[in-house]
Amino acid sequence: MSSLTIDKSGPTRKVKYGSMSRDRAWALRWSYFFLVLFAIFSLTPPIYMLITSLKSSAEISAATNPWWVYHPTLSNYIELLTSNQFLRFFWNSAWVSIIVVTITMLISVPAAFALARMKFWGSATLATGVFLTYLIPDSLLFIPLFKMFAVFGDWTGIQLVNRWYVLLFIYPTLTVPFCTWIMIGYFASIPKELDEAAIIDGASWFQTLTRIFIPVALPGLIAATIFAFTVSWAQFLYPLVFTTSTDQLVLPVGIITTLIKGDVFNWGQIMTGALLGAAPPLIIYAFLMDYYIAGLTAGATKG
Amino acid sequence: MADVSLRKVVKRYDEVEAVRGIDLDIADHEFVVLVGPSGCGKSTTLRMIAGLEDISDGDIMIGGDVVNDVPPKDRDIAMVFQNYALYPHMTVAENMSFGLRLKHYPKAEIKSRVTEAARMLDITDLIDRKPKQLSGGQRQRVAMGRAIVRNPKVFLFDEPLSNLDAKLRVQMRIEIKKVHQKVRTTTVYVTHDQVEAMTLADRVVVMNHGRIEQIGTPNELYHKPATRFVASFIGSPAMNFVPCRLEDTGGKLNVRLTDRLTFALPPARAARYQALSRTDKLLLGIRPEHVMEARPHADPGVEPFDAMLDVTEPMGMETLVYFTLEGTQVCGRVNPNAGAQDGTPLRLAVDLNNMHLLNEVTGAVL
Repeated sequence: MSSLTIDKSGPTRKVKYGSMSRDRAWALRWSYFFLVLFAIFSLTPPIYMLITSLKSSAEISAATNPWWVYHPTLSNYIELLTSNQFLRFFWNSAWVSIIVVTITMLISVPAAFALARMKFWGSATLATGVFLTYLIPDSLLFIPLFKMFAVFGDWTGIQLVNRWYVLLFIYPTLTVPFCTWIMIGYFASIPKELDEAAIIDGASWFQTLTRIFIPVALPGLIAATIFAFTVSWAQFLYPLVFTTSTDQLVLPVGIITTLIKGDVFNWGQIMTGALLGAAPPLIIYAFLMDYYIAGLTAGATKG
Repeated sequence: MADVSLRKVVKRYDEVEAVRGIDLDIADHEFVVLVGPSGCGKSTTLRMIAGLEDISDGDIMIGGDVVNDVPPKDRDIAMVFQNYALYPHMTVAENMSFGLRLKHYPKAEIKSRVTEAARMLDITDLIDRKPKQLSGGQRQRVAMGRAIVRNPKVFLFDEPLSNLDAKLRVQMRIEIKKVHQKVRTTTVYVTHDQVEAMTLADRVVVMNHGRIEQIGTPNELYHKPATRFVASFIGSPAMNFVPCRLEDTGGKLNVRLTDRLTFALPPARAARYQALSRTDKLLLGIRPEHVMEARPHADPGVEPFDAMLDVTEPMGMETLVYFTLEGTQVCGRVNPNAGAQDGTPLRLAVDLNNMHLLNEVTGAVL
């Protein structure tokens, strides 16, 4: 015990002040470094698309600097926008996406409300089941699905394969589970007292959903809508498999099948088509970005 | 306006009995407060009256009708929640009128009811604001306004003031009392705060472990508690309980607290406790205000003694003193000028006219 001494001299090393802000400055520098790196990485393809879309076929195949446009032309745009075929793809895509979004919302919002709020036998299992369906990749699902529609066509005589509206049955298998899952999380974060207050005020379950839950969870709802739209708009594998006639194609498949003739790639128009195809989601994101972020983060913390 | 009756009401969650057979009659216009520690079943009882929880057993009657299977919206009740539960996307006026709009009341009547309630609660200026633009106290007023405009048979309050700071709580307490004096609606109010219970209630229902310990007016509970739980729960600082023994010394009854400390009981008390002189395991229950500084001319039944103070707490209008009797801490309230200081002796007196005698085993007040 006698060897125990207490050092009362205080710290010998000089205390550095302002280290907090120095840490912060370095953290910021690193964030910027990685953000810029990532921005370059993900923005290069669209920029290359834009550059290529402004070139004529001759200039694209000429051995000049591919990152510069020497003779800018809008001919690709004019040609595509005046081609009935391209407009047909565009409309098919638009119809499919809008209807799929509507179907998805009509199914997943009430489903999420039921799973989040009404405790019934098997509700927890069902909620997990909804999530599990989302985990199965579409590249595994398309063969059995194709078989199902073929058998359905044989039995009933109603041919769905190679019609654009077959996609209305298929896309929801991707969008409904995910949107339901987002909405479950969002609804679950609404305090229980809010629906109890509504019930005491005399609201039915349906009125509680439409007059309380949907308005309160609007950011989540918008996030789910954007997601459903993006998935439908950008879907490639399913339409490639299920539709073949040119008048039934949606935009991503249409561009590939009509602008690549054998081994001849019409690069200028492919890039223009892709760029024009990317425009609608881009516009929607730009307007609803704030809602989308609020919705995703709220869904992330709860549920 | 209606009376509310509970008959042997039980609530079971799987194996756990949250409420174990409650009988309670609440008269029309009455303000009844359910009070108890958390987990005593008071909120569950309230939620069963509201219809938000099913009743496992027993009957609940509102206005003479059994409402066991009546959905909440048809029970004609209004509820105020602890976290206000205002609809965040609606203005104050929309929040208050939501129930009326669902029932398709005429627009003019909705407007007049909302205006009237807003005036009563002094929130007329806030009528077009959203809940997030309001302070806690204002939100609480809106939640009350939402209940008032419905003009229900019964108001149910579920710890409505717990989210407010202490000062605002006192203010809103008075506000609630004023509103009740004006609208006279039968009210059931749940709180864990015994001060709130005492100040608001016509009658207080003290609950513990899913049972009712005692029902009575605030004064009855304070002066004539039925059990040790009620005696210790009501009143702050809490009642002191000191193990004691009764000694019959030739017709005079004494209460012995320690080897050296014994007091003669006043005649009225002695007559009442005579039969208990052979009982073991007794507790002397005495409220802090009946342990005060010794005065020169003591009333009969006020017995002086010396105590070594452990800790003193000056409160301004009084000083709380703590001392130990055979390992039991006792609290007393003395005049701030009595010279009480930490670690010094002080001559105190105990008013045995206000003592209670409890059975330590059963907790019953004898």
